Amino acid sequence: MIALSDFINLYLLPGLVVGCIYALGAIGISLLFGILRFAHFAHGDMMTLGAYLAIIFTANFDWSPYAALPITVIGTALVALLLDRAFYKPFRRSAGIVTVIASFGVMLMLRSAIQLIWGVDVKTYDIGIRFPMEFGMLKIAPRQVTIVLVTAALVIALHLFLSRTRLGKAMRAVSDDPDLARVSGINVEQVVRWTWIIGAGLAAAGGVFIGIQTKVHPNMGWDLLLPLFAAAVLGGIGRPYGAVAGGLAIGLCQELATYPWFSEEPFIAPGYKPAVAFSVMVIMLIWRPTGLFRGRAF
Amino acid sequence: MSLLQIDKLVAGYGAVDILNGIDLAVEPGKISVIVGPNGAGKSTALKAIFGLAQIREGRVLFQGDDITRQPADRLVARGIAYVPQERNVFRSLSVRENLEMGAFLKPGDIARRIEAVMGLFPPLREKLKQAAGELSGGQRQMVAMGRALMLEPKLLMLDEPTAGLSPLYMDQIFDRVIAINQSGVGVLLVEQNAKQALAIGHVGYVLATGRNRFTDSAANLLVNREVAESFLGG
Repeated sequence: MIALSDFINLYLLPGLVVGCIYALGAIGISLLFGILRFAHFAHGDMMTLGAYLAIIFTANFDWSPYAALPITVIGTALVALLLDRAFYKPFRRSAGIVTVIASFGVMLMLRSAIQLIWGVDVKTYDIGIRFPMEFGMLKIAPRQVTIVLVTAALVIALHLFLSRTRLGKAMRAVSDDPDLARVSGINVEQVVRWTWIIGAGLAAAGGVFIGIQTKVHPNMGWDLLLPLFAAAVLGGIGRPYGAVAGGLAIGLCQELATYPWFSEEPFIAPGYKPAVAFSVMVIMLIWRPTGLFRGRAF
Repeated sequence: MSLLQIDKLVAGYGAVDILNGIDLAVEPGKISVIVGPNGAGKSTALKAIFGLAQIREGRVLFQGDDITRQPADRLVARGIAYVPQERNVFRSLSVRENLEMGAFLKPGDIARRIEAVMGLFPPLREKLKQAAGELSGGQRQMVAMGRALMLEPKLLMLDEPTAGLSPLYMDQIFDRVIAINQSGVGVLLVEQNAKQALAIGHVGYVLATGRNRFTDSAANLLVNREVAESFLGG
């Protein structure tokens, strides 16, 4: 058995950090499904795009990735608005599956464009090595604290937006019943635009956090897609708070599944982490397809 | 000039026509009632105006302006409010938020208008923070009508507002429709409870199989033996 401190420092905290990153991606998937009624398969690549946009500033201007975060978020949101105008809006009145396939196409285009511009090699932000802060037996890296705090701030901001502002309430109204929203005079296209801005912006933040935490590579979005959808399904699709809970749960499950619970060996080999997310999603779809927060059935 | 005028409207869903050329009108400050058997196309007439059914021929005039196939938010901005029969509240939003959504196009001064709606539907006052989906059918109908009134419309279109309600609530809703009308709002009312609806209406339209069967003052329709035997249940 390993000491409790190792359990916290090597499994629990990393699980929390990964969970925050998943949550940031899953919120967008959940919001977009609620408003536009389709599964956005290019969402992982929105995160990749965010991670690479930050590289422009870290590599060329020596900015810290945190300083690049706001402009990266805005840039990714703008790209999402353009992609929506070009590839999703023409299918607004088509069956949902048409838009899903369109998002597959967008996913491939984004990834290819990223490979074309930045190359296929793994990149990092060159933040240098920072030693973790020690609090008794706890060893916490500054970046872990930042990622968790910034995620918490973004989720609180999202909550205030959805519950206090006219546009946020309209977003919930459209998610509830698009036809009724339209006949009430709500500008549904305006709501759709803000859904893209928020979903893509949060995804970009998550992408930058991955770069800060580990590394950046063109396929990272693809690797993220499964845990992101697992998180959205777990929380209840169309329920942004559910997506946060789902993201944290999937992140923690994945990390804790590799803890040597019963022997000296990891309970599940780290290479099988994606299978953990997949299993959670399958169990959830069978046991409770509307998710923990009673969202929509897929 | 009529508030609303519908000329030879042909409309339906997909490839199926439900309305085969109907004429309707609502005069300013008056109540027009549409009655008729199931499948006559009563609701389709309202849905077609708001783009929820497709208009194939004919035209819709509001205060003399052609509004055929205009997007919903333009109609709402002109002063036309519509309460669908089913799914007419945002279930996960609170009652207050439902009312705020009714005022989406004119966000200023919402408090005064919510207060006006409370005056019209006092039972909603203590439910303002509750999710609309948790309310009873009658209270939900009040929320739906309140939401529609938030923009202070010139025309209120109600699709079977008393469907599925207890007699007590039914009387309340009819009573409120009269009150709304007396404040100067024109009403286009689609109803299954034909006798009660005609009793509060000024003009009545009997539709059958997507066509006008009888058009007369509501009072005359109520005493018309043929209408009574065929459509009002004797």
